[in-house]
Amino acid sequence: MIKETIEKIKQGRLKSARVVEESLKKARQGQSRYNSYITILDEKAMQRADYIDDCVKKGEDPGPLAGIPVAVKDNMLYRGTPMTCASEMLRNYISPYTATAVKKLLEAGAVIVAKTNMDEFAMGSSGETSAFGPVRNPIDTERIPGGSSSGSAAAVAAGEVMGALGSDTGGSVRQPASMCGVVGLKPTYGMVSRYGLSAFASSLDQIGPLTGKVEDAARILKVIAGFDQKDSTSVDIGVSDYVKDVDKGVDGLKVGIPKEYMGEGLSGEVRQRVENTAQKLERKGARIREISLKSAEYAVAVYYIIGPAEASANLARYDGIRYGLRPGNSKNLKEQYKKARKEGFGAEVKRRIMLGTYVLSSGYYDEYYSKAQRVRKLIKEDFDEAFSGVDLILSPTTPTTAFKLGEKSDDLIGMYMSDVYTVSCNLAGIPAISVPAGKDSAGLPIGCQLISPSFGEALLFRGARQIEKFYE
Amino acid sequence: MKTESKLFCGCQNKYGSPPNTHICPVCTGQPGVLPVMNEKAMEQAVRASLALGCAVNRTSVFARKQYFYPDLPKNYQISQYKIPLGENGALYVDGEKISIERAHLEEDAGKLVHSRGGITKIDYNRGGTPLLEIVTRPDIKSPAQAADYLKILRQRLRYAGVSDCDMEKGSLRCDANISLSPGDSDRLGTKTEVKNMNSFKGVFRALEYEAKRQEKVLTEKGEVMQETRLWDEDSSVTKTMRTKEEAHDYRYFPDPDLPPLVIRQEKIDEIKVSMPEFPSQRKKRLTEKFKLSEYDAGVLTGEKEVVDYFEEALETAGYENAKKLSNWVTVELMGRVNSENVQFCDQPVKPEYMGKMVFLIKDGTISGKMAKKVFDIMWDEGKPPEEIIREKGMKQITSQDKISDICGKAIEENPELVEKYLGGKTGVIGALVGSVMRETKGQANPKLVNEKLRQLLEKKK
Repeated sequence: MIKETIEKIKQGRLKSARVVEESLKKARQGQSRYNSYITILDEKAMQRADYIDDCVKKGEDPGPLAGIPVAVKDNMLYRGTPMTCASEMLRNYISPYTATAVKKLLEAGAVIVAKTNMDEFAMGSSGETSAFGPVRNPIDTERIPGGSSSGSAAAVAAGEVMGALGSDTGGSVRQPASMCGVVGLKPTYGMVSRYGLSAFASSLDQIGPLTGKVEDAARILKVIAGFDQKDSTSVDIGVSDYVKDVDKGVDGLKVGIPKEYMGEGLSGEVRQRVENTAQKLERKGARIREISLKSAEYAVAVYYIIGPAEASANLARYDGIRYGLRPGNSKNLKEQYKKARKEGFGAEVKRRIMLGTYVLSSGYYDEYYSKAQRVRKLIKEDFDEAFSGVDLILSPTTPTTAFKLGEKSDDLIGMYMSDVYTVSCNLAGIPAISVPAGKDSAGLPIGCQLISPSFGEALLFRGARQIEKFYE
Repeated sequence: MKTESKLFCGCQNKYGSPPNTHICPVCTGQPGVLPVMNEKAMEQAVRASLALGCAVNRTSVFARKQYFYPDLPKNYQISQYKIPLGENGALYVDGEKISIERAHLEEDAGKLVHSRGGITKIDYNRGGTPLLEIVTRPDIKSPAQAADYLKILRQRLRYAGVSDCDMEKGSLRCDANISLSPGDSDRLGTKTEVKNMNSFKGVFRALEYEAKRQEKVLTEKGEVMQETRLWDEDSSVTKTMRTKEEAHDYRYFPDPDLPPLVIRQEKIDEIKVSMPEFPSQRKKRLTEKFKLSEYDAGVLTGEKEVVDYFEEALETAGYENAKKLSNWVTVELMGRVNSENVQFCDQPVKPEYMGKMVFLIKDGTISGKMAKKVFDIMWDEGKPPEEIIREKGMKQITSQDKISDICGKAIEENPELVEKYLGGKTGVIGALVGSVMRETKGQANPKLVNEKLRQLLEKKK
């Protein structure tokens, strides 16, 4: 847990500089094996660590994350450093400002040691769409780490950093967390400011922590959460002490298991593990019951309409005019646009832009986008109804454990289906966490997902901490 | 619209600054930026909507209008589509109703600056400034009425303090749709949209041209194509810009970065109360209460600052002197403003001084002729009229005895004029008055002189 390190640094018994140096060393070594990073910020990180140590020396409080090395997904801006979104388009882009979540990390004393590799513009579930090469799973380098926050999950799993920020649009924090055997949280929509997070799908995107332990995730959430005047969708609800109740257990909690999440497409081993986990929770005093999320089967379809629709507009700004890739020798404006976007974007990004452009086109809007919004409402109502009877929902995070690199490159539907249990939470705006629940027979991590109503993060951490204990 | 800052970021909303000096990550569309609604812009939009007689929707929705162009940093414009801020308004042009369908709030684009050698530069200062798009129904019957509508629109928006509405500076822009209909029916033919007019006159001329062009097409049994055409001021023609096939599919959808714009009823009421009296109402009041002519009231109410000036001056001039004051303001003052080429708001004569001067003419302290001198000095030196009169010793001679003496003298010195008068040519009295005025260097009260001369001459009969 990061708590011990933070305390030692605060007490001056351990130098942040030493911890950060160690982290940077591991990161550089790991990079050749896992390709978790796009930029390692050696110099900036060491300066920052020295600054934290100076604060301690002067008797100042460097903050609740004093001196610990963390990594940030490369779709968040950190002033003066590169931000690529793992795309050719932004290979040479330098952040002109700092994202609110990153700023809050820094203000809390954390040291950002690297920007992590990811699926290009967060579009992908395997880490393979990066223009900087695929990320490999530290548990088995023949396998994918999940995505799109691939590098953030791999960096934490490899023990190179003590925590990382990812972004979750349809499962991009939870799915790689599950596949790499770490904790990953998608907070309630509006909980963490999106200012400075390069937008994929604005109504679904949410920044969340990836950590080794549940308590660490609670600690980081407490720092990055909160109202931000720069984000009109952020919610002014105040930040709770998520750490305080983390060990309160699950006695008396009602936990529902959606039958739609336990059927076809789910690997037997993963199903078995979720059922076992439910039994263990029951022994700790939780009441388990089967529930139904009627519209669940439409979630992926709805997600692949709304997500690309918003993305097609959000990514329109990447045209090579003001910044970004700008191939020369264009005869006219149209050709300039075409060249920049042809060379700047990878196949998956292009596919989603085309999809989004299509579903918003005149004559198709009602058939696709409007309809998807109506179904989205039904999905939300499903959860409302479910939560009138239970406190938490337990499910698998992903249908299978990590698959092999390239295995699903030609099976897009199969790839898209790996988000089948995670996308609903983004559509409903509710929080969910993936917590490690041991390994399968091949030694690959299995993740359990807990879902709560909006702003139920404290309860999520309690449940997740309990599950974490079962498999430690 | 006039605001301190842009619609979705804190950058200054200011015209005429060096290029790209009022820009930030938000209004240049950097990755990760988010729009935050400017409350003041919302208030201005409400004011404008009310000025146009629109109903204000308490909830309106921002949408993304998507098209690629270098002046549009995000390659989509945040606008309003399905639910605009204002709806169902109307303006009246000479008693004819021009219905306003909607008034929606949106961000402006930047400006492309084309220079020689085919280089185009972009100035994003204007990018993201608040803009209100006002759409009429097809109620306008002629190019002249279109220009009149624009004048009234401009006048009302200026009264409301929403915008300068200066077409040259681009704070008022106009795209005009035009279609012809057969003389015997109201059915509208295929329309074209005309863009790129830079003045009211330009709008009028472009529409006149376009009407004739369409008429020619139709009489030659051709078909008007639905398209967007560009007005070319220099050659006075419209040219095809893009055809219907080339028209953009804007792919509007609600902007997920902005919650619906909710305006409290109290806020709308508050703005309603603060709305100014509009030209037509004000004109009516001036003609009814102060008995001004339609024409004078029209000139005064043409600009809010002029009529505000007039009414302030009237407080010192006295209501009974409204007509005289109106002449002074519309003829002398506005004439001077024009000839010296200054803005009305920058002219140096304070309204209370102007009012006082008119009062002093009416009470006989100075003559109209003297007043012109006083006015010149007020313009140059900005002094109050009493001070000028005192300094220059301009006081008018009003003593009956003194006037009687001077008039008597004039009669003695001009026997031939007296002869003519007594012979029935009473008009010569003007020449006698003139001689008195010359004698007194204009300081005698001409009205009193006139009366006294008449009195003395009648005695001689």
